[in-house]
Amino acid sequence: MNNLIELSSMFLYAAFLLYLVATLFFSFTIGSRRKSDGKAAKIGITLTILGFITQLGYFFTRWMGSGHAPVSNMFEYMAFLGMATVLGFIILYFIYKVTILGLFALPIALIIIAYASMFPTEVAPLVPSLQSHWLYIHVTTVSLSQGILTISFVAGLIYLIRQIDQTKTTKRTTWLEITLYALILFVGFILATTLFNVMNYQAVFEYPNNTGNGTVETKYHMPPIAAPTDGTLLTDDVMQPWFEIPEWMHGTDAGRKFNTLLWSIIFGTGLYLLLRLVFRKRLGATIQPLLQKTRPDLLDEIMYRSVAIGFPLFTLGGLIFASIWAEEAWGRFWGWDPKEVWALITWFFYAAFLHLRLSRGWHGEKSAWLATIGFAIIMFNLIVVNLVLAGLHSYA
Amino acid sequence: MKKIKCECGHVNPEGTVLCESCGKPIEENQHIDGNDKKKLLNMRYDGTARRSQTYNKSIVDKIWSFFSSVKVGVWLIVIALIASAVGSIFPQEQYIPADAVSRDPAIFYEERYGIPGQIFYQLGFHNLYSSWWYMILIALIGISLVICSLDRFVPLFRALRKQKAKRHATFLQRQRLFSQTDHVSEEDMETVKQRLKKQRYNITEEDGHILAEKGRFSRWGPYVNHIGLIIILLAALLRQTSVFYMEEYVWVREGEKQVIPGTDQQYYIENKDFILENYDPEDEKFKDALAKEGAPVASNYQTNAVIYKAMEPEVTGAEPELKKVEEGSIRLNEPIKFDKYVVYQRGYQQNEFSSMSFKIHETDDADEQSLGEFTVDFTSPKSEYELESGFKVEINNYYPDYYLDDKGEPASETDYPRNPAFVMMVYPPDGSEPEISFLGIGKNIDATGENNYKVGITNFEMRDVSGLSVRRDYSLPYFIVGAIIFMIGVIQGMYWHHRRIWIRPQDGGILLAAHTNKNWHGVKRDIEKMIDGTNIQMVTDQQELDK
Repeated sequence: MNNLIELSSMFLYAAFLLYLVATLFFSFTIGSRRKSDGKAAKIGITLTILGFITQLGYFFTRWMGSGHAPVSNMFEYMAFLGMATVLGFIILYFIYKVTILGLFALPIALIIIAYASMFPTEVAPLVPSLQSHWLYIHVTTVSLSQGILTISFVAGLIYLIRQIDQTKTTKRTTWLEITLYALILFVGFILATTLFNVMNYQAVFEYPNNTGNGTVETKYHMPPIAAPTDGTLLTDDVMQPWFEIPEWMHGTDAGRKFNTLLWSIIFGTGLYLLLRLVFRKRLGATIQPLLQKTRPDLLDEIMYRSVAIGFPLFTLGGLIFASIWAEEAWGRFWGWDPKEVWALITWFFYAAFLHLRLSRGWHGEKSAWLATIGFAIIMFNLIVVNLVLAGLHSYA
Repeated sequence: MKKIKCECGHVNPEGTVLCESCGKPIEENQHIDGNDKKKLLNMRYDGTARRSQTYNKSIVDKIWSFFSSVKVGVWLIVIALIASAVGSIFPQEQYIPADAVSRDPAIFYEERYGIPGQIFYQLGFHNLYSSWWYMILIALIGISLVICSLDRFVPLFRALRKQKAKRHATFLQRQRLFSQTDHVSEEDMETVKQRLKKQRYNITEEDGHILAEKGRFSRWGPYVNHIGLIIILLAALLRQTSVFYMEEYVWVREGEKQVIPGTDQQYYIENKDFILENYDPEDEKFKDALAKEGAPVASNYQTNAVIYKAMEPEVTGAEPELKKVEEGSIRLNEPIKFDKYVVYQRGYQQNEFSSMSFKIHETDDADEQSLGEFTVDFTSPKSEYELESGFKVEINNYYPDYYLDDKGEPASETDYPRNPAFVMMVYPPDGSEPEISFLGIGKNIDATGENNYKVGITNFEMRDVSGLSVRRDYSLPYFIVGAIIFMIGVIQGMYWHHRRIWIRPQDGGILLAAHTNKNWHGVKRDIEKMIDGTNIQMVTDQQELDK
């Protein structure tokens, strides 16, 4: 059994490397007019497909090893989302043959997979509420749709970088920088987690629990900047916390999560500033010249098309399958749990997006901003709702 | 109604922007779709006469115009979206955690979240999704759906049915994809037609004019999916009524037989056994994750139950005879179904006392020799127990779930015998004054310190309680039908494309134009394939990408 799990980890690692090398090949296609028939593009897409197959290998070996489809916790879900994003890219690549898409989609998939690996990767048993075939059906469909919707963000991002006038500072250049900075924060999180993991850092706190008649212990894996409210540091020889988190932060283990967020911001900001220092201009302005050969109308269409493909899938997985399962498990197909509410919000948002596309004036840049907001909502539902707004779907 | 006759001879309804038959822009109506300011024609609804754009006099017209606007629809969606997000900031009332100091919303929100929590509560956001204004918002979206769909579907259907192959030159020139070729041979035209047929276009010909069309049915997708949504909204309305929807919750103790609420006394349930299983922390596969968790992880919640149907008793008023109809286990994700009811495993309470046995002995008897025994059955505790040895025990006070309240007085937290305690009056057989004893788990207090007799707990039995919810939902089929129709519509509209290619002969050459509702890339490829090897000009994309 354990051998299978080890094998699956190796597959995931191999897939990660394949995607990385594929990205490199896609970067060689910059500047060549001939889009998809170039050698670099062919190698790039072949490696991507190989990587995808390898990751499928990860998925099924882990499934065999654990006895259930690996979509039951944050690590497994995010890794699957990374795979779905790659699949979304492959689909849209074969429709539109735009190589530059790979140069942005694969790094985002890489970030998602790396982000996944920062969460506990042990094989965990299924609690009774998850013991259902609907787990596989519901979660994989949702994830697939989110992967495809991510491609709409990727196309939108390329569009924005390509089209926004970088000669002067405007609101648009600022928001584009914020978007890029937000992506870099994920990298910051990955860097911070990996670094402190390698150092095997540990600090234990004790703090009063919610009911006020007992205490809980929490283990920090990063130096404590922020301590839990009324927390006492139990570990010797570690950094003393600078401050306690405000009292209103009540989520499970809020102190540790907030501390992790702070470190991610520190590392992410450091990295962003370093990049700015190296290039001496906005990141948007740095990337822009590389995209001059890309056709904005095609990007706009990819953006719309991926929403058109992803939206029905999302409805099916995120609302319909979800309702059927909720009806089987809890006897109510809809319950206004935060996760459900945010699935509805995502659905509302993309419905609004599709309706706005009917109007003149909402193609192009405005659509690209919408695609970006849509991605932010998806990420909010995956990260903030899971880790902060506790509910029935809480993984943490 | 004022009709408009086009130069092609077709009579269009008032408000038409592009002639239904030949597509020629109708001079006086170009402002409606904004065609007067652009080079390209707005093809959204094929320039049909929409009621909302045509009549704007009476109040009905105005309301109709308001709700038929996609912009209004999008605003309603955005408002609903923001409202929904606000409701998820703090838990809704039904999700107030069980470990909260108080589950009373008036206390909980302020206690846990401070001022923002209090504001959240006072604005009624703790029940946001069932508030009147949220309901109205959803209802408005429903109205917008109906009116938007009718306003567009009827004229669009008409126009697409009436369209002719013969189109006005202006119509072609002002399409996004357009080209003009001066000389085209007969053979080339033949090739083009063959290729279009091969690509599964439906071809209509009229005096050498060609209309090639495919995927028209995808145009109906939005209207189909809107019908699905309306059915879902109506089903949600029906579900509010007790005729369509019933939900009850019942606690059933092990060994107990109870009438199932909401079934008109027709069905009874017996709890044979409640089972709670945890994963083995030594489990080879999961031990790392379980160790990290630190607490036991449940693997199964299960109630073994028997369902009985009550038969009409022969004598009215007599106990009904029960007939077994179903026996099985109710587990999470595996409810039990019978007749039109579904019973779900929802909660449990472990180790509730079912009975407790006592004996009386002399206070200073070291051997605690029994002077009489009695048993309290918690399903029907008596107020007096007469013992064979002549003792009489009176239960003066009974606290099923004993705790000391704020004032230090004994009280009961719930009505369930989870931690029972008693104040007992012991009457000795000799008829002397009764003695007072206070008894509970781990407590045996002699109030005066002068008692001659002592009561002790000798034995007890415990059992589990299953929390089960019972549903009967007739609205489900409507939701299912609505969802299926929605999915059909959305797939029809999103995964297929309506493509039209027009060819108009002109002075020995042709005008070529194409329109699609999405995937322009695809239609361009179709045209490339169609003209390959002929001397027909490839279409140019005249789109002005909005900035």
